[in-house]
Amino acid sequence: MEKLKFLLAGNPNVGKSTVFNQLTGMKQHVGNWPGKTVELKSGSFTFDNYEIEMIDLPGNYSLTPYSVEEQVSRDAIIHEENDAVINVIDAENIQRNLYLTLQIMETGANTVLALNMLNYAEEAGFKIDVKKLQKILGIPIVVVDAREGTGLDELVKTAIKAAKNPTDYSDRLTYGFELDDHINQVKSLFPNLKVGSAPDSWVAVKLLEGDDEVLDLAEESSDKNNLRKLTEIRKHLEGIFDGNLDEAFIDARYGEIESIMKQAVKRPTGEKESITDKIDRIVTNKFLGLPIFLLIIFLIFYLTYTVGAPFQDLIDEGWTILSGYILEYLGEGMVSSLLVDGVIGGVGGILTFLPIIFILFFLLSLIEDIGYLARAAFVIDRVMYKLMGLSGKAFIPMILGIGCGVTGIMSTRTLSNESDRISTMMAIPFISCSARAPIYALFTAAFFDNPLTQAIITFGLYIFGMIIAIIVAKVLKSSVFADEATPFIMELPPYRIPTLKSAVLHMWERGFLFIKKAGTIILGTSVLVWILANLPPGVEYGSVNSFVGILGNIFAPVFAPLGFGFWQAGVALIFGIMAKEIVVSTFGTLFSLEEDDEEGITGVVGDMFTPLSAISFMVFTLLYVPCFAALGAIKEESNSWKWMLISVVLCCGIAYVTSLIIYQGGLLLGFT
Amino acid sequence: MVKTVDDLQPGETAIIKKHSVSGTLGKHLREMGLINGIPVKLERRAPLGYPVEIKIQGFSLALRKEEAQAIELE
Repeated sequence: MEKLKFLLAGNPNVGKSTVFNQLTGMKQHVGNWPGKTVELKSGSFTFDNYEIEMIDLPGNYSLTPYSVEEQVSRDAIIHEENDAVINVIDAENIQRNLYLTLQIMETGANTVLALNMLNYAEEAGFKIDVKKLQKILGIPIVVVDAREGTGLDELVKTAIKAAKNPTDYSDRLTYGFELDDHINQVKSLFPNLKVGSAPDSWVAVKLLEGDDEVLDLAEESSDKNNLRKLTEIRKHLEGIFDGNLDEAFIDARYGEIESIMKQAVKRPTGEKESITDKIDRIVTNKFLGLPIFLLIIFLIFYLTYTVGAPFQDLIDEGWTILSGYILEYLGEGMVSSLLVDGVIGGVGGILTFLPIIFILFFLLSLIEDIGYLARAAFVIDRVMYKLMGLSGKAFIPMILGIGCGVTGIMSTRTLSNESDRISTMMAIPFISCSARAPIYALFTAAFFDNPLTQAIITFGLYIFGMIIAIIVAKVLKSSVFADEATPFIMELPPYRIPTLKSAVLHMWERGFLFIKKAGTIILGTSVLVWILANLPPGVEYGSVNSFVGILGNIFAPVFAPLGFGFWQAGVALIFGIMAKEIVVSTFGTLFSLEEDDEEGITGVVGDMFTPLSAISFMVFTLLYVPCFAALGAIKEESNSWKWMLISVVLCCGIAYVTSLIIYQGGLLLGFT
Repeated sequence: MVKTVDDLQPGETAIIKKHSVSGTLGKHLREMGLINGIPVKLERRAPLGYPVEIKIQGFSLALRKEEAQAIELE
């Protein structure tokens, strides 16, 4: 069977992913572009006698590398071997969509155009003469309806045909007499400068536009002596175009689009109110906008965690039963302990999150496909931007962090730029997740009789975590990512009826990633902690003589200034990295109490801590290293160990300093 | 005083002035279709005042205060 590789390109919200899902179905692989936080989706399918690999590029408005997203697409088109680039365009926004099309054609790519949503456009009053459009552009055009799946066979056939006869369409483009003339001059100045598969004309255009990457390559080429002549040509042109050259090229492209539009497209006359306008008048209304937003967020939160909870319990019970069987068959011993305490204790506990991840991503995918996600960001953007310098889209990941940081971190994929994604990821671990609640419950119950005081302290911890999260995001955005001042330009796409298929695929894909992570990073670390708790041979699990106990003892003096300088606290904190709620049961284990003997544990804790050191300990557990699952999620989403390690250091550092201030400050003020 | 998108009333339309926004932002906006001489309509403001929603060439964009004030009108 012959193999072919197609790239799928297009603006955001044009139905590109729908085309991709329709064609590849379940045969998708989701990962990251090498070394980038950008999602790489590839899939495969067979058609006639061809095995076709398809790569879904990020949604871009242009190929100018403002951010990693555009960079990734441009590199893929120019540097990756491909047989055709399928450009999906939205008929209703044909003018803006054609801008990307022209840029793709400039790269010399073997382009095929998929014209989507023609029915919506015609409803809105557009008349598009597809034949004429094809004739003017010169590239094959196929009308598709991605939602219904019509026209897709034709699209693949056309792409295969195009692949048999690759065509460079760049010479069909014109930028007007003046620019064309100088493009030819520049071409002759740099005959030896090659950039991937791009034609000389593309290289010349980029040199004139002042593209950093191509200019650097020119410096290294054997034609570098001609750079001075290039500068002269640019000066000359800048004089003619009254300033900026890259803007002259943008205007030239839009000029060309305008002439194409005049010949092949009739725009609707007059403006009639669309359904989208009607919905938006309510959903983004001055008075109703925020309440509706909060209601929808609440519903997502409620459905995710409430509907998910019984399933979580079910999985949990399953593990308990399985543990029982293992103990029965293998007896108490090393192997059964490894399986029960190490593997099930670590991975099993974390897999109980699977139902909530499924539900959450099903819902998120729905509201994104409908078009509400952009409105939610629109409504809350001002708050998020003022507070943390983030986009409104970061609100949902942050708020999900209250339920579970892992879901929050995983949903940072909905954010459209890297600096927002990373800053949000770094901030989420400080937001108090539900797994920390048992710790607060235990400690407040042990030290503060008044239920009101307990509630105030718990509430205070939540607020405190959020404040730290806000500060961390704000500081990151204004330091590390300060020069990446990506302007905020967000499209508010028309509302669309979502497809079940894409929501289910999305849900499955995220759930699968989570299972994969649980099977690797989390399994590895859980087993490691188990080994530390069981070595040297013969020690009791997690006791003072085990490596964990020894570690606890080493850490004890470090924690002494924070008010909990005893080895049991150290051990509880180490185990707590597996999952925060384990901190509570660890105190039970260490004092040979039953795991669910709450009164016993409360008593033990009451003896070891003072009210002040208890608060210090609670703050520490709130802020220190997120659990393995969260760390794994950060590694996965940021696609780097670096950001995961930064998160660990950041969390430990902030936790230590804050607890130190609280404990020592408290002592100075006369608290105990 | 130069009139910018931020000065429009919801529902009001105006024409984008020549060479108003410079730098990367200008380039970005231009590539999105905010070219000189085309009509821009301020559709609405977010409940908290910003961002604003504008309509150009048939589609809607959200812009923050800084961006809205950077786009000059005729």
